[in-house]
Amino acid sequence: MTSEEIFAKLKEKFGDKILETDTEAVQPIATVDPASIAEVCEFLKNEPDLDFKFLNCLTGVHINKVEEEEEEKLRVVYNMESLVIKHKTALDVIVPISKPNVPSVTSVWKTANWHEREAYDLMGIVFDGHPDLTRILCPEDWEGHPLRKDYVVQEFYQGMKVPYPEEEPKQEEKEEK
Amino acid sequence: MTETLTNPVLTLLRLIPGVETLSDGMQVLLSGFLAGVILFAFIAVFALYAVYLERKVAGHVQDRLGPMEVGWHGLLQTIADAIKLLNKEDFAPKDVDTKLFTLAPFLVFMTALSVFVVFPYDSQVSIANLNIGIFYVIAISSIAVPAVIMAGWSSNNKWSLFGAMRSAAQIVSYEIPVGLSIICVIMVVGHMGMQEIVEFQGGGFWKWVIFRSFPFNFIAFFIFFLGSLAEVNRTPFDLPEAESELVAGFMTEYSGMRWAFFFLAEYGNMLAVGLVGAALFLGGWQPPFEFLSFVPGWLWFILKALVLIFVQIWLRWTLPRLRVDQLMYVCWKVLVPFAFVCIIGVGLWEVLT
Amino acid sequence: MPEIKTEDVYIELGRHPKAGFAAEDLILQMGPQHPSTHGVLRLECVTDGEIIKKAVPKIGYLHRCFDKHAENENWQQVIPYTDRIDYLASMNQNFSYAITVEKLMDIEIPERAEYIRVIVSELQRIASHLIAFGTYGLDMGAFTPFLYAFRDRETILDFFEKICGGRLLYNYIWIGGVSHDLYDGFKEECMKFLDYFEEKIHNEYNPLLSFNKIFIERTANVGIITPEQAIDYGLTGPCLRGSGIDWDLRRDDPYSIYDRFDFEVIVGKGEKGTVGDSWDRYMVRIWEMVESIRIIRQALQQIPEGDIISEKVGKVVKVPKGEVYGRTETPRGELGFYLISEGGKGPARLKSRSPCFSNLCVIEEMSQGYMLADLVAILASIDIVLGCIDR
Repeated sequence: MTSEEIFAKLKEKFGDKILETDTEAVQPIATVDPASIAEVCEFLKNEPDLDFKFLNCLTGVHINKVEEEEEEKLRVVYNMESLVIKHKTALDVIVPISKPNVPSVTSVWKTANWHEREAYDLMGIVFDGHPDLTRILCPEDWEGHPLRKDYVVQEFYQGMKVPYPEEEPKQEEKEEK
Repeated sequence: MTETLTNPVLTLLRLIPGVETLSDGMQVLLSGFLAGVILFAFIAVFALYAVYLERKVAGHVQDRLGPMEVGWHGLLQTIADAIKLLNKEDFAPKDVDTKLFTLAPFLVFMTALSVFVVFPYDSQVSIANLNIGIFYVIAISSIAVPAVIMAGWSSNNKWSLFGAMRSAAQIVSYEIPVGLSIICVIMVVGHMGMQEIVEFQGGGFWKWVIFRSFPFNFIAFFIFFLGSLAEVNRTPFDLPEAESELVAGFMTEYSGMRWAFFFLAEYGNMLAVGLVGAALFLGGWQPPFEFLSFVPGWLWFILKALVLIFVQIWLRWTLPRLRVDQLMYVCWKVLVPFAFVCIIGVGLWEVLT
Repeated sequence: MPEIKTEDVYIELGRHPKAGFAAEDLILQMGPQHPSTHGVLRLECVTDGEIIKKAVPKIGYLHRCFDKHAENENWQQVIPYTDRIDYLASMNQNFSYAITVEKLMDIEIPERAEYIRVIVSELQRIASHLIAFGTYGLDMGAFTPFLYAFRDRETILDFFEKICGGRLLYNYIWIGGVSHDLYDGFKEECMKFLDYFEEKIHNEYNPLLSFNKIFIERTANVGIITPEQAIDYGLTGPCLRGSGIDWDLRRDDPYSIYDRFDFEVIVGKGEKGTVGDSWDRYMVRIWEMVESIRIIRQALQQIPEGDIISEKVGKVVKVPKGEVYGRTETPRGELGFYLISEGGKGPARLKSRSPCFSNLCVIEEMSQGYMLADLVAILASIDIVLGCIDR
């Protein structure tokens, strides 16, 4: 199926829950209302002529601000495909950074489990209904979410100095002088 | 001790000036000490060159050369390694049970050392020719089990504990097929002394026990060889120290000289089972043909053992390792029933002929 | 295998678990320093003696935040970082990134460069599968296959060294082409190696390890992943094909010039046990090496003369605004890059979807009820690289 047909089918089923579709881009993508992403995914997976049984990738994105007043937003992109029908599609959801809650799709695809944990760990997106939403790549007591644009690395981690001392050689030079 | 035999230890003892003036007890103590020193030197030298042999064989099996740098074709490599080990810090981790931890390697090595006492090295040469020689070997080698458990338990490490438990289960289980296959030999010979067993096999290789009561003793030899592989923890039965599963098994926390004692014991045991196999099944110091009897008996004995050791090494660098349950399956459901069949076969053969 | 509970065992023995006889579970930390976790993976195992009740992978010991690095570099500077994602198959990682960027730039690259890319990435696939083969033997207690594998991998690394100077991390496949042309005489040398190597697979590797009775006993019927599980957990590469699913990006979503070659997709058939067991996954890799040899032979025969880097790509790479998910079939499975460009000098967001990351997460479910030694077999059959998991 082409992306147009897939998105048409989604719109037919979910109506205004599908906020926006873009079939012109290099990668056609449909933006979904965050609250209903799990239902949409469930539908995509179980509908026989869609059959998106395989989740390729789940990406958390911090959207760069276009205007100053705008609230910062986070975004989750889902890439999926069908190994039988051999077609693929992409969905995304956009949430405000102040309330970065997205329903988990772990119940739909088990592979989403680790990918969601990674997005939580590095981007700070909270997946509601995830069975074990803990940090996966960073240590459990790490502060902040490294992939956010405004991330500042913590000074000390368990007594160890974290940022590389970039300025130090210059200071030594000054002392020598 | 039989008076007719040459005892190398007593011969040496008599060379010490003024030894006759000592009391009998002192003489016994001194001879025991001498025997220990001789055997230790023998095993240590053997282990050094068995390691060299192992590395060379491994190298050539694996399409490379093995040690080449230290000495001619790497002949001094293992000596250099030994010096390195001797120089290492005598180190014990903080939470180990120090007494057991220190004792275990020496106990393991002691059992490996003790079995060498009864071997018939030549027609007249044997340190102690016990009339229950082979029984003594089986009995002594069992002491290694508690020693290994001591090592595993005292290390306070879960991998060590796993290794020790596996080792105990394995050695205890495999003693049964080994013991049963040895019974086949004893039934043919009718004597348990090692010297008598070897003397029985004189007069050409067709008189060797392995070719008696054909094919039952032949099968018994294979059961013995497989069982002995398991008893000395060689691949494919090297589960107690399976490095890819248990890090290093019961030796995980050991280093330096203590570890070297485990290592010495392992190679000592390899030599021991090689010698037992040669003595019981392959005619010990007897030459394969009468006209070859100008070659000294001890050379035959060592050569036969070395052939068995070579096969052990060869297998190690060829085969993968079994799993614990498969190991037990091989022992209890394959080797033990076959060993019983062999005993019945040998018994019938002996009765009927 | 069903889950075995300590309580059940005690009830079977006629004892009530509450009667004070119930054994405690042993918590075993396998790793991060362990010979067979292939790096710094930690498996938190709850065991009952030798039997595993639960094994939870804990990752992150090698995390370098590749995604963050990529955001701070320009387009070409990301390539050396991709080398380090999966350091055993760097060519394929370069390839995947280059394809993703080119997809967004919408450029054609010269024919010769396409062929060179296919040749080096298939050679890399052989090199990587050789490590998988060798370390599998090592984990099963057979040391010799490991050294045989390294002997033959060495030749491939020598080729790479002559081509681009690197032996492990190449920075070879650039956006728009490759960095260096093949050297004179590569074709003959490579053909000679392929003939030699194909014979080695059939006469040395297979008799020594693949069809060894003990090896089959250890791996067949161990660590079975059903096809449903494989898809649900997003497994790719030999792990997916080992479970009997006929899916290979080189054929089913052809990138570069893979549609020009004639090769078969190897699928696990459960010859020695059940479909999807460890032996199947292992054997998929062995036969894939043979198929890679076929592809390289065809590519070497067809390779044209010409440029090796597209002229449209200047010193400063300009990538239009947009986003794309690009992927290739690496030795371990589907390596995807989710790339967002905002028209700047580097990626605005680059997420790497590494194959090992998805392949590993199945281990918690499939390792239950097996023995400790089987866990090693299962882990090795997934063929993980920690650089690829932690990024």
